[in-house]
Amino acid sequence: MNDIAIRFDHVGKLYKLGLVGTGTLSHDLNRWWKTTILRQEDPYLKIGETNDRSKKGASEYVWALKDITFDVHQGDVVGIIGKNGAGKSTLLKLLSRVTSPTTGAIRARGRIASLLEVGTGFHPELTGRENIYMNGSIMGMTRHEISHKLDEIVDFAGVERYVDTPVKRYSSGMIVRLGFAVAAFLEPEILVVDEVLAVGDAEFQKKAIGKMQDVSKGEGRTVLFVSHNMAAVRSLCTRGIVLKNGLIDYIGNSKEAIKYYLKEDFHINKGQIKDNIVWTKNGLSITNIQLNHSSLVQTTITSGQETLSLRIEGETKQDMQTDVMLILKNQDEVPMVSLAEGHCKGIIEKIGKGKFVIERTIQLPKLLSCGDYFADLFLHHPMVEWQMKAPHCVDIHIDGYQESFGRPLRLKEEGFMGLETI
Amino acid sequence: MTKENWTIEIKPKKKWLDIDLKGIWRYRDLYYMYVKRDIVTVYKQTILGPLWFLIQPIFTTMMYMFIFGGLAGISTDGVPQPLFYMAGIMLWNYFSSAFNVSSNVFTANAGVFGKVYFPRLVVPLSGITSNLIKFGIQLLLFIAMYLYFYVKGASLHVNAALLLFPFLTFLIAFHAMSWGLIVSALTTKYRDLTQLVTFGLQLFMYATPVIYPLNAAPEKYRDIIALNPLTPIFETFKYSCMGCGSLDWGGLAYSTLFMLSTLFCAVVIFSRVERNFMDTV
Repeated sequence: MNDIAIRFDHVGKLYKLGLVGTGTLSHDLNRWWKTTILRQEDPYLKIGETNDRSKKGASEYVWALKDITFDVHQGDVVGIIGKNGAGKSTLLKLLSRVTSPTTGAIRARGRIASLLEVGTGFHPELTGRENIYMNGSIMGMTRHEISHKLDEIVDFAGVERYVDTPVKRYSSGMIVRLGFAVAAFLEPEILVVDEVLAVGDAEFQKKAIGKMQDVSKGEGRTVLFVSHNMAAVRSLCTRGIVLKNGLIDYIGNSKEAIKYYLKEDFHINKGQIKDNIVWTKNGLSITNIQLNHSSLVQTTITSGQETLSLRIEGETKQDMQTDVMLILKNQDEVPMVSLAEGHCKGIIEKIGKGKFVIERTIQLPKLLSCGDYFADLFLHHPMVEWQMKAPHCVDIHIDGYQESFGRPLRLKEEGFMGLETI
Repeated sequence: MTKENWTIEIKPKKKWLDIDLKGIWRYRDLYYMYVKRDIVTVYKQTILGPLWFLIQPIFTTMMYMFIFGGLAGISTDGVPQPLFYMAGIMLWNYFSSAFNVSSNVFTANAGVFGKVYFPRLVVPLSGITSNLIKFGIQLLLFIAMYLYFYVKGASLHVNAALLLFPFLTFLIAFHAMSWGLIVSALTTKYRDLTQLVTFGLQLFMYATPVIYPLNAAPEKYRDIIALNPLTPIFETFKYSCMGCGSLDWGGLAYSTLFMLSTLFCAVVIFSRVERNFMDTV
């Protein structure tokens, strides 16, 4: 296919951990001896080790990126998402030719402009106008091109009044606006953008995203965009790549990629709900918890389901008064609905010494959009004591009757508005 | 699959000699901007501005007159002392500032280099150019002093060798840049070299006929000093406008060849380092 703008072909990047200056001369000599003279494999490249920053590895070298292979088509806007240290910025650095890969090759068509930072090369003593020239020429524009677009740049940045003032007198937001404005008028075939929009105000962020959309949709340019802002990725990108520990974890449609990425952290691994109890009161033991007739940590509320059942079995060594609190939160940990009868109605259940069963049948609220939720479950005597805490103990998937629409509880009900998926 | 016509290919190992002359030419406006920036920003928020470029050589000249001319009694070959020292200081200043700017390329520009790609050679090239301004200002001072001594009747002889002056400047600039680039490439990894270099540069000045004429050096050291590729440059300049010393074409040829070969090595090393220096700097 000839419309491929960028091709990553088994790209890897190796970094050495720790201090670069310690003992490197001997390592360098060793490596040089082994690879250049003896033509052996590099002794410091250990294959098969992944880059997990929280765990201690055996080697002091680490693959920040490994075996990255994918194609980007012309006009694609690719969102690259992943946790800190997943290799997103390294990927962009390689593409920007700031540093070179250890293995593999990247091939591209057209001019690449990278925006790893806004306003690179700005000198505080120079005026806004001079810095536009400075920054523009660092990005590869000619003076002629810059002069041609100067008015547009100044206008886009909205700093007309300050254009002949040294940028050291600018606010940090103004510097970002000016820097982004220069980049926006660069007109490269491929635009590489790191998380740079975070500093501008809401109005400017909107403007910047709009500009990037114009660039990709209107002019058919290719954009690679790294961000932690899922809303920006969702609205801007057509494709998504999830990086994890330097490897491609997921690649596909941007919405799916975001979903995948968010789920990644979201799932509970432990098999049963009761295994996720983090704390219980002395003398209290919980033997089983069932939500929606299941003691497993994953459950689905189907379309049309009206109630949710909850059953807690346990044993107590002393009499207690207790109440159940159940909170459903969405993936951003925002509480959506909660059950806390003790707080609302003052209904507290009295439990005697010995085995007990607490059962609830909860009327599901009509307003609950489809999507993924999780539940926090607590036993407590309101305002007196905590008895059991089990935050994030069940993943709940709520089925809508249609993907992007909310969940009208009773389909036949007239005049009911379903909630949109967020 | 149709013919692959990639315009950019990013690979781990490129050819060992990889000078992107086309790229440098394409970024000529950046070169211009860097030169302009250096010149404009140097005087911002100073009271005396460019005068600082004069104060330093004037005081150094006075100091040398006192120590080397007065106390040590080193000959200046019949040339008035201030003029002789000024000539040496002026050329040496240009060499050392051009050298310093080149040797700091990576460390001083790590921020920019870490974010954007452009041919890195643009930076040292603009550095040696913008330092010409300082050199020019000191040259004006030298000319003023020269005229003063000429009117006073000192024995000064200008000759055709003065036409070599632009070439001498060019030689100094590229000697400085070549050595600077080699040092800059090495210091990205082993930072202790910077200590050695500052100190080495000071010593190197005494191995160059800056404050003494070559023929005043003791016989047994003269050959060693002549090995210094800067020696013919300084000697030629002093000969061309003050008539002291000698014009040694062989020495100039040696200096030129020396410059070309170090420049070649420097560019090779530099282009190797520039690809991965961000990981080590």
